[in-house]
Amino acid sequence: MSGKKLAIIATKGTLDWAYPPFILASTAAALGYEVQIFFTFYGLQLLKKKLALQVSPLGNPGMPMPMGMDKWFPVIGTAIPGMQSIMTMMMKNKMKAKGVASVGELREMCQEAEVGMIACQMTVDLFDLDPKGFVDGIEFGGAATFFEFAGEADITLYI
Amino acid sequence: MADFDQELDATGLNCPLPILRAKKALGGMTAGQVLHIIATDPGSVKDFEAFAKQTGNELMESKEEGGKFLFLIKKS
Repeated sequence: MSGKKLAIIATKGTLDWAYPPFILASTAAALGYEVQIFFTFYGLQLLKKKLALQVSPLGNPGMPMPMGMDKWFPVIGTAIPGMQSIMTMMMKNKMKAKGVASVGELREMCQEAEVGMIACQMTVDLFDLDPKGFVDGIEFGGAATFFEFAGEADITLYI
Repeated sequence: MADFDQELDATGLNCPLPILRAKKALGGMTAGQVLHIIATDPGSVKDFEAFAKQTGNELMESKEEGGKFLFLIKKS
């Protein structure tokens, strides 16, 4: 086994951006890395037992839209009420069809592989999040806690 | 195709699932045993090479057959 360490900071709480931290963490763990993810700000959404992640086309010109909406109605098309739910549903269906794991599935694999998960205490308090709503095995800490692990990490990623 | 001890059907699965499932399967095997993996993700070709290199498990064979990617990995 590699004996290497990977530290990740997960800051985003959307369906699309939930993937990089969990994919990289689970894969690194499979390769023998010791892995820790520090969840802060919107990244805390990824720790909720009941995941309700959405993907937004708003302000995201890189996102392919149905019927060329992004070409015909740039910006406005992405801001139509309900568009976020539609795009979230479409993205989930597409992922399922292409054999991409769900976020919950990847998170479970991370837990099985003993990926350390730290919730940023300051942002938990800031957003009045209920720690009971988080998955089991989460630790709570601050910046110093992150550096304790990251200071020895071979790779550190900010996502 | 050489003999193998266990088979993993990873068809239809996309990155990183074939690797994660393979890792799990190898975890339940003993050293020297061989895992046969069937995948359809074209990315798995490079990924299993990288997986073997980094974990020390030997990639004995990697080939494409009828749109499927077949691998033999010997547990170290």
